[in-house]
Amino acid sequence: MLDSVLVANRGEIARRVLRTARRMGIRAVAVYSDADADLPYVREADQAVPIGPAQPARSYLDAAALIEAARKTGAAAVHPGYGFLAENADFARQVIAAGLTWVGPDPEAIEQMGDKIRARNLMERAGVPVSPGTREPVADVAVAVAEADRIGYPVMVKAAAGGGGIGMGAAADEAGLRAAFETASSRAMRFFGSAGILLERFVPRARHVEVQILGLADGRVLALGERDCSVQRRHQKVAEETPSPGISAGLRERMLAAAVQAGEAVGYRGAGTVECLVDVAAGSFVFLEMNTRLQVEHPVTELVTGIDLVEQQFLIAAGAPPSFDPADPADPADPAGPAGPAAVRSAGHALELRVYAEDPVRFLPGPGTITEWAEPAGAGVRVDAGYQAGNTVTPFYDPLLAKLCVHGADRAQALNRAREAVAAFRITGPKTNLAFHADLLTSPEFVSGDYDTSLVSKLRPR
Amino acid sequence: MAEVRAEMVANVWKVVAAEGDHVDDGDTLVILESMKMEIPVLAEGRGLITKMHVAEGDVVQEGDVIATIG
Repeated sequence: MLDSVLVANRGEIARRVLRTARRMGIRAVAVYSDADADLPYVREADQAVPIGPAQPARSYLDAAALIEAARKTGAAAVHPGYGFLAENADFARQVIAAGLTWVGPDPEAIEQMGDKIRARNLMERAGVPVSPGTREPVADVAVAVAEADRIGYPVMVKAAAGGGGIGMGAAADEAGLRAAFETASSRAMRFFGSAGILLERFVPRARHVEVQILGLADGRVLALGERDCSVQRRHQKVAEETPSPGISAGLRERMLAAAVQAGEAVGYRGAGTVECLVDVAAGSFVFLEMNTRLQVEHPVTELVTGIDLVEQQFLIAAGAPPSFDPADPADPADPAGPAGPAAVRSAGHALELRVYAEDPVRFLPGPGTITEWAEPAGAGVRVDAGYQAGNTVTPFYDPLLAKLCVHGADRAQALNRAREAVAAFRITGPKTNLAFHADLLTSPEFVSGDYDTSLVSKLRPR
Repeated sequence: MAEVRAEMVANVWKVVAAEGDHVDDGDTLVILESMKMEIPVLAEGRGLITKMHVAEGDVVQEGDVIATIG
């Protein structure tokens, strides 16, 4: 088993990974930029190493500084968390070349899935449904217009190498496409260093549902249920839940099977997520992309399955079997348990609410110094927080302050617990979107479960 | 004389307009970046930029003056 790990990340995810490491008796090393020296994860680590100034490019994205920190502290492994270098195949290769264990999939799998067009083509060959779209990166607006005519409007325009919804836009006609292409290309070059653009058929009434997969050390790929991530602003997730209230048992079964196929097609090892777009009207789904790392919203899966996904990542990286019995079939008598050979038992309903440092109406960033921080507690409540009172939330990183997660016997109980927890969460200093979550949890559309990715724009019309 | 101020703590990513430029209402003056989001700062009214108070790479605090438009 691994005896030590360096967590190449910050904030709530660094803290969450460090906790499991320490519980497993793995010595946990944190790294931090000048802006993060006072955050809780730095204090909770067995050892903490400063790696540079606040700018991500000179700290959390500095591969050489991270590997040097691992060498200095004698860490045996590197866990990348999510974001930053988590899906950077070159970094994974450098970690491995330095004689360290990479707690993630093979660099080849990261590379194959990192390019959205390559991933789509690969999935199509593996028999996973994909939407009509471009099979090669589009670099020229004239080609984009021709491709859009072939695919049929409306189309979605996004960076082939992108993520996080940055630069993404839908277009209903040629004029819209030209504008969306311009936006996506400039953002793609700036954020992802590659201008290639992907066009896909746009699904107007869509739910965003993803499947958690786990590629075991022995080569088997398991599906650990789905997460519904349709509550989004600026194409970024704000709240997630499992099980999805918007898909039938039959559709769920087909999606879980397709996710396993997707993982098998790239020989996937470790925790990964297969993101799909569900066409609500048609009752069908298409592959969107695969995230080759731990997902932000992984706690909802942990709450319903009782499986610690970070623990499985460490075990798989060490070549060990998982902590649960993957051969254990779901109990057919349990109405909450998904059936199928690649499924694990799951119970109840879980929600995650992302508490962002942003105003709850326009969702504009609102960094600041935290003068009061009181987390809710109680039955079924889990808070993964990156900050505490006295910390300063800086403009250098993403706005995630904490993930408020709740588990209930059913969706109604989970919603009730979430409402109470949101009301009890006190954060003073930076702006927060807690008031948005309070509105979300009482909106008839969300409460009914019959919602799609347009929900937030309906709750907050411009 | 109008002063355009920053709405939040942010980094100055791009300075789009320069001192001496004539701008119209709604023209982009600079683009700020905070928490992985780009926030364009727009001119409120027509005029001449008499002073640009920020440079690319600067960190601005909430309320800091970004540009003076005469």
